[in-house]
Amino acid sequence: MTAAEIAEKVGGTVAVAADGAQATSVYVGDLLSDVMGHAGEDCVLVTIQNHLNTIAVCTLVGCTVLVICHSRPIPPDMAEGAAREGVAVVVTPLSQYAVALALKELPPSTH
Amino acid sequence: MSDYSPTILQGQQTNDDEILAKTPLDAKALGGDSSVVIMELLQRFKVRDVMKRQVLSIPRKATLREAQRILRENHISGLPVSEDGRLYGIISVNDIINGLDHGWMDDTVDMHMASSLVVLEAGMPISFALRYFNNYTYGRFPVLDSNRQLVGIISQRDVMRALLYELSVEIRKLERKTADKVAQPAPPSETHFFRREWAVVHNDLTGAGRAANEIKQLLREKKVDRSVARRIAVAAYELEINICIHSHGGVLVMVISDNAVTITAKDRGPGIPDIEWACRDGTSTANDWIRSLGFGAGMGLSNSKRVADFFEIESEVGKFTKVTCAFNLKKLEAPAGGTAS
Repeated sequence: MTAAEIAEKVGGTVAVAADGAQATSVYVGDLLSDVMGHAGEDCVLVTIQNHLNTIAVCTLVGCTVLVICHSRPIPPDMAEGAAREGVAVVVTPLSQYAVALALKELPPSTH
Repeated sequence: MSDYSPTILQGQQTNDDEILAKTPLDAKALGGDSSVVIMELLQRFKVRDVMKRQVLSIPRKATLREAQRILRENHISGLPVSEDGRLYGIISVNDIINGLDHGWMDDTVDMHMASSLVVLEAGMPISFALRYFNNYTYGRFPVLDSNRQLVGIISQRDVMRALLYELSVEIRKLERKTADKVAQPAPPSETHFFRREWAVVHNDLTGAGRAANEIKQLLREKKVDRSVARRIAVAAYELEINICIHSHGGVLVMVISDNAVTITAKDRGPGIPDIEWACRDGTSTANDWIRSLGFGAGMGLSNSKRVADFFEIESEVGKFTKVTCAFNLKKLEAPAGGTAS
């Protein structure tokens, strides 16, 4: 699923586009260490953590699309980092649970 | 004209390291890509280390004309208004120009001084001073100690002079190290190996992840198996974050040999009193600020242990913690002496 398709499903907007970013599973988590330990490659990460470290975690575990919930703003350094690392960022007014429901056709991400 | 002489306050040595020594560094304000040497200097140096301790000042009931004379004779553009170490305001060249314009030169300085002041504290890291110079248009800030007594004044020039001096010292050290390396050929080695080291700065969460990211890139370049590279990068990131949030700073070292990759994280204090407890999932001493960013969940050490083929931790309270994670590149037995997981 592409970032644009995900944005449409979660009623959000693509804040940072990334060429060819495709996600095949979903992981929901605000604890970045938990994400590091359990998220798999090519997943959508659904979180409220709107800062640069989230991009670092996505890069390390291989999350391709990041969905930031509750319309939290994307700081400039985070947007720059995402663009540099090829991580697409979608911002949505929905909660993590509502996003998970909206993306229910994708399987849970496992590692 | 009065023959009033300005008071010279001799700044006292303050003992207020604790005031803001643990305040997070806003790396963004300083440029997130600053070199580690510079970032460490900005954290290590305190305002008191670079401020001018001899501060000219003037009492509240001196006149603008007296202030004008002191400013002119000392070639300065601002003068603290203070009595017995207590700071009341600042009188600047602009106030004098207004005084000349409006015929206020015989008024007392307290009638025209700026009394709503932005001040720095002596124990603040220099990074704070730079951010203040960035956020405000003032050319100088009065410096107070923890008892709110005026102990100094700091200008951008003071900061630059100190940083340039310290940078030249650091560069000299680096030059000497490089010269030594050139002079001594590397000892012959039985195996091919690659070693790289990254400094990790306390509380610099913006910079955290830099080492892990570079490690992942290097492993990719060296064609290390993708899933092994991912495990190594996860451990490197967890250990890097641990140094960043729990220690006073340290280094992350990666060594790639023919058969294994070893990541070693060594920090300077405060050490771990109960290693078994610290390695349990969900146990952490992180503060609320760290937790709000999604770290400090107490999973760092257990995550690192889980992904590594070999895990070892040593610590001495008040001194250091050293964590070693090794990863087999070929199907080998775990090295002796540690716990294979």
